[in-house]
Amino acid sequence: MTLTSPLAAIGRAFLALLASFGRIVIFAGQVFVLAPRRPFYLRECGQALVQIGWFSLPVVGLTAVFTGGALALQIYSGGSRFNAEAVVPQIVAIGMVRELGPVLVGLMVAARVTSSIAAEIATMKVTEQIDALVTLSTNPMKYLTIPRVLAGTLTVPLLVGIGDIIGVMGGFMVATGQLGFNRAGYIQNTVDFLTLPDIASSLVKGAAFGFIATLIGCYQGMRSGRGAQGVGAATKTAVATASVLILAANFLLTSLMFSQ
Amino acid sequence: MIALTGVEKTFGANRVLRGVDLQIARGSSMVIIGGSGTGKSVLLKCVLGLVSPDAGRITLDGEDVAHAERDAFLARFGMLFQGGALFDSLKVWENVAFRLLRGARKRPKAEAREIAIEKLRRVGLRPEVADQLPGELSGGMQKRVGLARAIAAEPEIIFFDEPTTGLDPIMAGVINELIREIVVEMGATAMTITHDMTSVRAIADNVAMLHGGLIRWTGPVADMDATSDPYVQQFIHGRAEGPIASVR
Ligand SMILES: Nc1ncnc2c1ncn2[C@@H]1O[C@H](COP(=O)(O)OP(=O)(O)O)[C@@H](O)[C@H]1O
Ligand SMILES: [Mg+2]
Repeated sequence: MTLTSPLAAIGRAFLALLASFGRIVIFAGQVFVLAPRRPFYLRECGQALVQIGWFSLPVVGLTAVFTGGALALQIYSGGSRFNAEAVVPQIVAIGMVRELGPVLVGLMVAARVTSSIAAEIATMKVTEQIDALVTLSTNPMKYLTIPRVLAGTLTVPLLVGIGDIIGVMGGFMVATGQLGFNRAGYIQNTVDFLTLPDIASSLVKGAAFGFIATLIGCYQGMRSGRGAQGVGAATKTAVATASVLILAANFLLTSLMFSQ
Repeated sequence: MIALTGVEKTFGANRVLRGVDLQIARGSSMVIIGGSGTGKSVLLKCVLGLVSPDAGRITLDGEDVAHAERDAFLARFGMLFQGGALFDSLKVWENVAFRLLRGARKRPKAEAREIAIEKLRRVGLRPEVADQLPGELSGGMQKRVGLARAIAAEPEIIFFDEPTTGLDPIMAGVINELIREIVVEMGATAMTITHDMTSVRAIADNVAMLHGGLIRWTGPVADMDATSDPYVQQFIHGRAEGPIASVR
């Protein structure tokens, strides 16, 4: 134990982080290179679309409706401190569409989809199914990764759009049911206030988060260590990595799109 | 012909293969014996390129496998994995017909299914099994489905990793006969890993024993009993005493 060893430990961790980021970037590069090439596994793509998009709807809807409702309550009580209760529809809309909708859907997808992709692919790795794919002349990247990443990138924006709407509706229900807002006025205010760039930014974020969530699930699954322990570790790391990367990407995208 | 020269593989501190030299003639049946954990499965995976050796050379008909065009190379092979390695989200027949349902050898679905059912029959499985999922089958049945998948596209070279482990003696006999048939009738080259001495005698033209990361002995199966090599003698007679430590 020398004086510099804590520094060395920090340095090592930082280098390891950089190295794994580099590996993820290379993995993503492979996806981009292989995606346009034959063969295309349409059946796998279809299954992934259903698994990732359709079956995520309930959890996305519930998350959004509760968040929209809570948001309305907070803005109302916060706004009342300086007589600005009336801004509830506008702030709920902007908060949901620009930030909370994409981020919450992204995190829910990381919890639901990233984990299941990582566990499934890791189990395939551990039970030699990935090796078997290779010996059957099938590229695991093309057969397993690309359908999932494609499905994530295409469906998560839709999920975000739906989450945005349901979140705004959650705010609407609380505001009109509990806080005495006028129904027609609330909707009018929301529609007037939101701009096209707000909505576009929401969907762009959704695509980015869907890409990250599915990519990381596949990446960690393919790198899984041996045995049940390997599968567990791969799943845990996948969800943690995907969540952090989604939040970081959200910050990056927000600062790119909204800071003049 | 498959030729391995000086093949080495180390996992961390575990030196598994320490310079394996081995040749398998075209159309012959090579059986690899050796204690569990000696690297027999790793050896097969090195030939297929699933594990990349740290040193040494592996050639197929004189061409280095590391530089071969992957798709064309792999299309010549079939492999039965030790654990079966069936795709658990696909039905049994879709597993068996995997190669026939996609890629360069794609056939119409009905035809692929028919071939799959015929291959299942050859490994002693009823047509009803075809529509089940692998998870619904016993371990021995899964092994046989894996075998059917390995032979489905009639490859020239087939690797069998412990084909009879977990099977009853009668079924093991059926599988031994099938492997022999594939070599004799289809002229395939086979490399089989087994611990079962009955299998060795039924399947092998040549036998190689892997021990300590090296090929300890190799020769025609007829010479196996007569060899004075104490390792081979201990292994084939299943003795607890001998040069092979029982704690490994
Ligand atoms: N992917 C791997 N990573 C680390 N160690 C491995 C790997 N594959 C095999 N090994 C190790 O190599 C040794 C030989 O394994 P294997 O070839 O499966 O033995 P067997 O002769 O029973 O088939 C074992 O000690 C095993 O733990
Ligand atoms: Mg083995």
